[in-house]
Amino acid sequence: MSLWLLLAVNSITLGGLLFLLSAGFSLIFGLMRIPNLTHGSFFMLGAYLATSLIARGLDFWTAAVLAGLLVAGLGGIVERLILRRLAGAELAQVLVTLGLSFMIADVCLMVWTGDPIRIDTPGALRGATAVAGLGFPTYRLAVSVIAAIFAAALWLLLDRTRLGAMIRAGVDDADMARVVGIRVSRLFTVVFCLGAWLAGFAGVIGGPILSVYPGLDQEMLPLALVVVILGGSGSLLGSLVGSLVVGFLYNFGQAMFPELAYVVLFLPMLLVLVVRPQGLFGRQTV
Amino acid sequence: MKRAALVVGLAVLAAVPLWIGSSYYINVATQILFYAIFALAVNILAGYAGLVSLGHAGLFGIAAYTGAKLMTAGHGHAVVAAGTVVMTVAAAAVFAVLALRGTGLSFVMITVALGQIVWGVAYRWISLTNGDNGITISGRPAPLGLALTSPRAFYWATFVVFLVAVGSMAIFVASPFGASVRGTRDQPRRMNALGYHVWMIRFLAFLLSGFWTGVAGLLYLYYHQFVSPQAVALAASAEALLMVISGGTATLLGPITGAALVVVMKNVASAYIERWNFVLGAIFVAIVVFMPEGLVPGSVRMWRWATAAWRSGRARRARLA
Repeated sequence: MSLWLLLAVNSITLGGLLFLLSAGFSLIFGLMRIPNLTHGSFFMLGAYLATSLIARGLDFWTAAVLAGLLVAGLGGIVERLILRRLAGAELAQVLVTLGLSFMIADVCLMVWTGDPIRIDTPGALRGATAVAGLGFPTYRLAVSVIAAIFAAALWLLLDRTRLGAMIRAGVDDADMARVVGIRVSRLFTVVFCLGAWLAGFAGVIGGPILSVYPGLDQEMLPLALVVVILGGSGSLLGSLVGSLVVGFLYNFGQAMFPELAYVVLFLPMLLVLVVRPQGLFGRQTV
Repeated sequence: MKRAALVVGLAVLAAVPLWIGSSYYINVATQILFYAIFALAVNILAGYAGLVSLGHAGLFGIAAYTGAKLMTAGHGHAVVAAGTVVMTVAAAAVFAVLALRGTGLSFVMITVALGQIVWGVAYRWISLTNGDNGITISGRPAPLGLALTSPRAFYWATFVVFLVAVGSMAIFVASPFGASVRGTRDQPRRMNALGYHVWMIRFLAFLLSGFWTGVAGLLYLYYHQFVSPQAVALAASAEALLMVISGGTATLLGPITGAALVVVMKNVASAYIERWNFVLGAIFVAIVVFMPEGLVPGSVRMWRWATAAWRSGRARRARLA
């Protein structure tokens, strides 16, 4: 019984991390039609940067925010200098982002070597918390709470603010949004940086659970892809539901069929593709 | 003239083991040939059908793993070859049914996901694939009693398969089917209105691509006599795509040139630096940003531009003097 509960908590935690990762991916894809294959690298790079920042004596949370900002800066540079020139050329964007992801992975290997690095759990959140008579790892609960807060904040941002309205207009119809005077180009940079920040930040707070190692990027990227295919691109709710589905499938799959956990993940994606190609919460596009 | 050039070219290629002494370079040439077959297979989709697949290493790996499993189970080479190709085409059919739910970007994303599933199986399903350690096979086949153990013999065997592949591609491109595949790339709606079954044409193109990917995967297995998840990684799919794009898509010679470029660069680069992936990524970025039409046409354009600039500069200096 408590084993299943623990698995459920782990699933929600992983789902939360995936949400932070894929919300940005989904927004970038929905708004800019850019399949950002560097997104997994942003996740890994954020985690690696944080290990160095923590080694310099920064505390965990400052390092997480700062590493996210550094990754966001890199994202902004990539968007402004490279992706901007390739607007509309989707294949070129796929290739450039893929090429960049290889470069980032190799640079990480060079700087931080091939050994896995563990990020220590922040002191206050070590140990277990008793909820309803059962002990749960405090840090995992905290990550779930953080993800929930971000989900709410992102929803408020998209649904209640002027910026959010502009982003939604851009997702729906970028040309029309331009016509009514929205500076879609600046919006692109903002969204790309925001997405990169979320990915980098998720990498850091995922660090105490997953630790950081070469290949983490290639492992997270397909998960983000699955979430977006499942949930539909450009939809925040889709990202949330997709992330939780993937989180649950991964943890329960690993407990029940350890060798096939990675494959079990892709089954719902295949099912959705067959039944509803635009994703659960995606809108039909031409 | 063109025919004479072709004959000379083929003669030079066929004689490679004779004028290259060291078996190291013969092996490099062999790698170029089977990667060229793989690149030609990817080109059917990426070039002629306009469907960019980033999951073809998955099919390539399915071929190599199927061959390895059949061989370790003790089957003869005829069974291994037939079983591998049938299995790969069947896998290609599954890939096609799923990936053709979308075109353009969603096709790319679905193929990435499918390729990663195969990678996940290769890496994690240890009882089937032996995980990261891979599967080693012993011995290459001996068709018609000819042993292929020496680098030379294997080069010639690969060369024969390569010729068949190129010949079949030439027939495919010139055939009405080839024309209809290009039609679905350029004008899918019009093709549909003209009564063509666009989905079926794409599906068949995918199967053809899968067939040659399977052949290339089998040759890869026989060449290395070893297969590991590395053959299935996303980087391998990207490499195949780089071969196609660097040489020029939707051409017959492009992917072959591209395969030669990538294999040579990989061998040269790994002799001097260990960061092949960085180089691969940098080339990708450079090609897309500076030479979107491909390395070969792009270099020609850059060369013309440079010489023109140099000439006009010289003319100006001459005027000033």
